[in-house]
Amino acid sequence: MKSRYLPLLLVVGIAALPFVTDIALGRSWVRLLDFALLYAMLALGLNIVVGYAGLLDLGYVAFYAVGAYSYAMLASPHIGIHLPLYVLLPTGALLAAAFGALLGAPTLGLRGDYLAIVTMGFGEIIRIFLRNLSITNGPAGIDLIDPIAIGGFSFSASHTLFGFTLPGIYNYYFLFVGLTTLILLMSKRLEGSRIGRAWAAIREDEIAAKAMGLNTKNLKLLAFAMGATFGGISGVLFAGFQGFVSPESFTMNESVMILCMVVLGGMGHLRGVLLGALLLAILPEAFRPLAQLQQSAFDQVYLDPANLRMLLFAVALIAVMILRPEGLWPSPVRKRELHDKEGDDRPLPPSGQPTGSDSVPGHTGVSAADAGGVA
Amino acid sequence: MDIFLQQVINGLVQGSIYALVALGYTMVYGIIELVNFAHGEVVMVGALVSLSVIERLAARGYSGWTVIVIGLLLAVPACIALGLGIERVAYRPLRKAPRLAPLISAIGVSIALQQLAALIWGRNYLHYPDILPKTQYAIGGAVISEVQVVILIAAAVLMAGLWILVQRTRLGRAMRASAQNPAVAGLMGVDVNRIIATTFAVGSGLAAVAGALVGAYYNVGNHTMGFLLGLKAFTAAVLGGIGSLGGAMLGGLLLGVIENLGAGYMGKLTDGAVGSNYSDVFAFLMLVLVLVLRPSGLLGERGIEKV
Repeated sequence: MKSRYLPLLLVVGIAALPFVTDIALGRSWVRLLDFALLYAMLALGLNIVVGYAGLLDLGYVAFYAVGAYSYAMLASPHIGIHLPLYVLLPTGALLAAAFGALLGAPTLGLRGDYLAIVTMGFGEIIRIFLRNLSITNGPAGIDLIDPIAIGGFSFSASHTLFGFTLPGIYNYYFLFVGLTTLILLMSKRLEGSRIGRAWAAIREDEIAAKAMGLNTKNLKLLAFAMGATFGGISGVLFAGFQGFVSPESFTMNESVMILCMVVLGGMGHLRGVLLGALLLAILPEAFRPLAQLQQSAFDQVYLDPANLRMLLFAVALIAVMILRPEGLWPSPVRKRELHDKEGDDRPLPPSGQPTGSDSVPGHTGVSAADAGGVA
Repeated sequence: MDIFLQQVINGLVQGSIYALVALGYTMVYGIIELVNFAHGEVVMVGALVSLSVIERLAARGYSGWTVIVIGLLLAVPACIALGLGIERVAYRPLRKAPRLAPLISAIGVSIALQQLAALIWGRNYLHYPDILPKTQYAIGGAVISEVQVVILIAAAVLMAGLWILVQRTRLGRAMRASAQNPAVAGLMGVDVNRIIATTFAVGSGLAAVAGALVGAYYNVGNHTMGFLLGLKAFTAAVLGGIGSLGGAMLGGLLLGVIENLGAGYMGKLTDGAVGSNYSDVFAFLMLVLVLVLRPSGLLGERGIEKV
């Protein structure tokens, strides 16, 4: 029964969500939903790099920026060019992929944490250029960007359907839902494909993967470029949706936030990543009423609400990681792996064995006889 | 005025601050292979705690270096306690977890500390009271201020002290052993948990001093000041070869000098097209270049990949 009606329920639920949200919480929450979906696309893109191929990328937002600025410059009065979406979407995607390959080519030989810092530096470099170049209009950014339009249908305008007037945020919601679904399906197909399995092999043990004849360098480059492509697409959508881009939208904090979504949800597991993205995008907003609570409880605002809700957000992040290090919704395989590993580490001697500090890695697995032999 | 010499001096001063912070990153990484994302925030807390003390003393008419020292006497223990707390709460429970989990909790700690600081000290930029002597000395066409001299000396003394601690004492030997192989170090009777905590304490103490110095140097503090400083210091640690103490010191100084020379000469070399606002780009490009040519950093050991 469950399997028969669940997809239908899901579709109806997703279609009804913006209307219910609008009525229950207000229109600004529908806008938040749109942003949450944008983040979901970004997180799914980063998931290819971090979750599938196991490469730690701390500058992912750079590709988002490349996509957003490519749309902003080619569809706004800033330069005076107004190209249509069917040109700009591939342009943004290809440009981001090119940047991904450009960054990846010299750096993918690096070990995990070195790669992380280089990607982080790359993200900052892109942002600094955006801030200082005149073609991107410096720190002021670019505004009056054309809304996303397909044919004559502008997504930002209100449209009337069956007597209901739907404002722009609804149109974008359905567009983003569609694209998120598309990216989800692509990721799913990718995961089980030859390439996806090769990525998994690299993630688990690069040397072994190499020994099996995989071209690890090209595969890693492909993961980088693929992730970047999705980042670029999200960027294009962001620019059209927001109508305004500035370098401040692409700080390292954004990269960190997207990474948190992937890891917190359960990396490599699509449902988990989706959950993480939606949760983290909405959580800071959900803490907003606390300010009013404070106001009504003490008649005065003692603690700055903006800081307070980010503080709570951070505490939630730490708490989740400590309680569920594998993520909120990890893939069944990964969960099993982690628990097996734990089992391996603890074949404790049955009795009379002072094991000392049990949190030293690998310590408890060694028997006293071995230690005695050395000492 | 000799621009080259001046930029080198400024770079060395800035670089010695980077180096003090980078040591904290590299020591922690050396032992538990964790990028302590919250380290920059510890520096920020050190700067703001010392600023609070200095402000109160300055309001009562005290001035000069003694005020800074008193500020340090409070900031250092505060940061050590903070470092120990962070390790205990956010990292120790995750020591066996998948590799990215502690990184995320570190990011959480970093955000939490920034927001806490904003709640305590407010979100505006805080300015240091004018209490330090403004004496300047001329050397070979460039000038060096007394503050700069003090920073250089303090950093040198601290780094020498750390070197002795790590290389010549029993505690240092235990630290090096834990870094090499925690399991075997444990078998040899080293309390690895205590050593890790001590490492955090030492790193946080250095961070507190760096924070107070950076505040006194630029005369301004804010709850976000730790972020870029931490990023640069981490860059410095990687540049020098993460896990290596000498590497962190060299990387810090080098990064400071490169950045200042870049800021000083970029405009001239490119005829004003690329100005000093690109100095950060210069620093990061340098990092990419060094890593591509020497993947384990300048002084890092060539890691043998274990199968």
